[in-house]
Amino acid sequence: MSELEAVIGLEIHTQLKTRTKMFCGCELSFGEPPNTRTCPVCLGLPGALPVANARAIHFALMIGLALGCEVAPRSIFHRKNYFYPDLPKGYQISQYDEPICSGGELAGVRLHRVHLEEDAAKLIHVGESGRIHGSQRSVVDFNRGGTPLVEIVTEPELRSPGHAREWLTLLRATLRSLGVSDVNMEEGSLRADANVSLRPVGTSVLGTKTELKNMNSFRFIERGIAAEIERQRQIIESGGAVEQETLHFDPSSGRLSSLRSKEEAEDYRYFPEPDLIPIATTDEMVSAARADIGELPLDRAKRFEADLGLNADGARNLAFRGELGDYFERVLGSTGAEHAVAVANWIGQLVARIGDADPADTNVTPQAFGALVMLVGSRAVSGAAAREVLDVLVAEGGDPQAIIDARGLGSLSRKDGDLATIVARAIAADPSASERVRAGNDKAIGALVGAVMRETRGRADGAEVTRLIHEQLAT
Amino acid sequence: MMDLVELTAAQAAAAIGRGDLAARELFDFYRDRAAADELNAFTWVAQESPEAGDGPLGGVPLAVKDLFCTAGVPSQSGSRILEGYRPPYTATVVERLARAGAPLLAKTNQDEFAMGSSTENSGFGPTLNPWDRTRVPGGSSGGSAAAVAAGLAPWAIGTDTGGSIRQPAALCGIVGLKPTYGAVSRYGMIAFASSLDQAGPLTRDVSDAALLLMQMVGARDPRDATSLDYPGSVSLPARTDLHGIRLGVPTELSSDGIEPGVLGAFAASLELARQLGASVETCQLPHAAHALAAYYVLAPAEASSNLARFDGVRYGLRAQDATDLLDMYTRTRHDGFGAEVKRRIMLGTYALSSGYYEAYYGRAQRVRTLIARDFAATFEHFDFVVTPTAPGVAFELGAKTADPYAMYLNDICTVPASLAGIPAISIPNGMAAPPGGGKSLPVGLQLIGPAFSEDRLLSAAFALEQALGFDGRAARR
Amino acid sequence: MIDRDTVLHVARLARLELSEEEVARLTIELGAVLEHIETISRLDLEGVPPTSHVIDVTGALRADEPEPCLPRERALESAPEVLDDGFAVPSPQA
Ligand SMILES: [Mg+2]
Ligand SMILES: [Zn+2]
Repeated sequence: MSELEAVIGLEIHTQLKTRTKMFCGCELSFGEPPNTRTCPVCLGLPGALPVANARAIHFALMIGLALGCEVAPRSIFHRKNYFYPDLPKGYQISQYDEPICSGGELAGVRLHRVHLEEDAAKLIHVGESGRIHGSQRSVVDFNRGGTPLVEIVTEPELRSPGHAREWLTLLRATLRSLGVSDVNMEEGSLRADANVSLRPVGTSVLGTKTELKNMNSFRFIERGIAAEIERQRQIIESGGAVEQETLHFDPSSGRLSSLRSKEEAEDYRYFPEPDLIPIATTDEMVSAARADIGELPLDRAKRFEADLGLNADGARNLAFRGELGDYFERVLGSTGAEHAVAVANWIGQLVARIGDADPADTNVTPQAFGALVMLVGSRAVSGAAAREVLDVLVAEGGDPQAIIDARGLGSLSRKDGDLATIVARAIAADPSASERVRAGNDKAIGALVGAVMRETRGRADGAEVTRLIHEQLAT
Repeated sequence: MMDLVELTAAQAAAAIGRGDLAARELFDFYRDRAAADELNAFTWVAQESPEAGDGPLGGVPLAVKDLFCTAGVPSQSGSRILEGYRPPYTATVVERLARAGAPLLAKTNQDEFAMGSSTENSGFGPTLNPWDRTRVPGGSSGGSAAAVAAGLAPWAIGTDTGGSIRQPAALCGIVGLKPTYGAVSRYGMIAFASSLDQAGPLTRDVSDAALLLMQMVGARDPRDATSLDYPGSVSLPARTDLHGIRLGVPTELSSDGIEPGVLGAFAASLELARQLGASVETCQLPHAAHALAAYYVLAPAEASSNLARFDGVRYGLRAQDATDLLDMYTRTRHDGFGAEVKRRIMLGTYALSSGYYEAYYGRAQRVRTLIARDFAATFEHFDFVVTPTAPGVAFELGAKTADPYAMYLNDICTVPASLAGIPAISIPNGMAAPPGGGKSLPVGLQLIGPAFSEDRLLSAAFALEQALGFDGRAARR
Repeated sequence: MIDRDTVLHVARLARLELSEEEVARLTIELGAVLEHIETISRLDLEGVPPTSHVIDVTGALRADEPEPCLPRERALESAPEVLDDGFAVPSPQA
């Protein structure tokens, strides 16, 4: 059997950070008590009518333009009809065959479309109700219902779970840089579904695809897609046929379960929303959207490479996590751009300690961080000692120099008579290594340097130690 | 002493303005009449008279079709699924009229969700025609039409999707106007077919219609994206001749399937129009014959979606002891909707369903384009198109309930203007005997004009009305 | 022509329970109405654009400015079943 490759497409929903909902004047909800952010429109009361939010359209245009899409001069809303308790009107107002933006490309992955729609409400399962004996109840909170959403659909051009994750990271950074969404997967302001199919390598036919719904972290997306690829591979290799269905990935068990299969596939009966008029996108609207687009992550990465001398990976690591890029640039504000490479390397150390958190939300101020990198640069503190200082900064904050002084972490140098003594002790303790160094074997010096470092708990400057060893052995 | 019931709304407003009549006295007079209604024209009548406000409408109370949302007052669109529903807000047009001095007197009966031409489809029982209580008042705004004709309300508003103001106005011997689509806000009107629904006045005469319409149009409603700033204005009509007016008579809408009595009255009125100075010639609306078919795709399709919100979750009826969610939905909707509503939901759902959209909905939308073009071409040579409003006089209760399509044929003359979104008015056009003989019943004459021609339309209708001299007193006894 | 299975399928899409009698009657009635509607299938509509908005309006948008919401009691006052300050329904998962 020929080798199989995965064909992956993503469908991303992002909640827009407007003040009010897509089609009514209710303010967006951030944890308010249930059903306190509603009105006749977003409750779907009889007679209420939607009116589209101009800023949501502005944000959708910004997203479309940032992704290189073509903007439709005229686009229309459709009704997507289906029944569900979180959908008050029995239809979702969405866009169908005339979306506001189409085409486009981000980092080599082409986009199919970008369109506007409204979010569903929140359905909370409350289990058995005390009042209705023996019945499982769910409760609808319409606070979220009607929040503006932009849906971004890629062509099926992602090649692997890792690629999907990496690309989504870039997309999130791009949306974040536009300031149009909180793009927080855990809170649901960024949601991704994946379409997965397999095909023999080298062919262009598309196999039967399945849809993975609502995975709420980058890690789960990668794992969910990987699990689905594996599931499909086993089916195909055992001679079976993949069935078109919608799946849910359970990250705790790693298992995929079917949400609904093809037989009960919905018939959404799309038709043009008669309560809304077409969106006529004027040149002024496009220019206004374009003017609000700042530097995009891909451009930022290029600038970090070209202007600041970072390598490609380092530049992307900072630019594709916008909050890291922002922190990086704030640190450079205190150190000067000439320290960019060192700062970038040390941000790697910081990330190793704070994980996915935004450094701006940690105890490490950009000033303190910059000061630490400068102290390393001037050899006032060794690398190992600086890592210890960073641990303290992350844990409690503070000023690096003060931490160094309080904990005696400053570099031992020639001025400190101690260092010469410690070097002498190390030479005396390891005559064989000393002899080999004398004989011209430079590699042997490692053992002596290591001994000094152990003795000084990393506070000694490596270059200085090397110089002292050579000096003492030469006499 | 004034005979209050014989005052038109405009006359009553004038009397209040002069200080000859107290607004509260008029309100109480009509409240008592409405409360004693024997026609089942109302679904709710005000208990108390409102504080007298002033405004151009003088305090003359208004009857409002059930489907307009009125805060704290039952707004059920004639449906059991909304029985007793009291919305938390008021429709824009009702609010506007109240502010202009037409306070809410009563809510009027209607076909359920405005689907019907006889008001027999109401979940709250049929309304009777005041001219003959064995007959229907037309529909769907039958309660409004019957109330105004019977003098149970000075004037009323209704809604027209395919003829629901004009046809009951014709069958009850009053004036009914469907404005240009977008001229009046739809916010707070419980929707039947969103792209066609339009609110308008049902009044005793053309002057009252103009007076009410003036306050219904104006600045666009920011809550209704399909509403428009009304270009121009509406004035009280005064014209008494039709010199220079070119009337077009479409053969497609003035021959087949129309009762001889209606055709006779129509021909007589065309002759009268000539005497008033109008030119009357045949015009062509080649696609009008397909209007009914297109309408009975588009309206049910939109309705099937508009009525999806009646699911037993947030308001209205919910079937008891549902075993699961699906059971709750399907039984709630089974119990709450009447036969005609189910029929249209089924028809509309089918027309939009996978594989049929292009054959039905898509084609109907294209037919709609052709009909709008037919009218546009006609208005290059004619000021107005004239037709009978309805193909017959009021029919007997139950006569057409067994055959849905026979009922749909009532809309044959009114639906084309609805699809084109243009204004049309029905005025009383004398009386004619029903086909089987018997006492004469009102007939309507329809004038259709281009978009936003309401002012001219009302003027021409006024001239004809004055010449026709219809006497509606018999229905107010 | 419309058959019984189609009626049942459409009724399910529309979330309408129908009695046996209703299914039988609707099969006949819808068939009859559709027969009349079929006349539009004979029209030549080549090149005719569809009309979804009869009066051409564009640009009626809403500024992104908050308006007062309904007090929760009002939002819930017509609900058939209220639980935990929300609208209660039989669980979809149940
Ligand atoms: Mg979507
Ligand atoms: Zn709202």
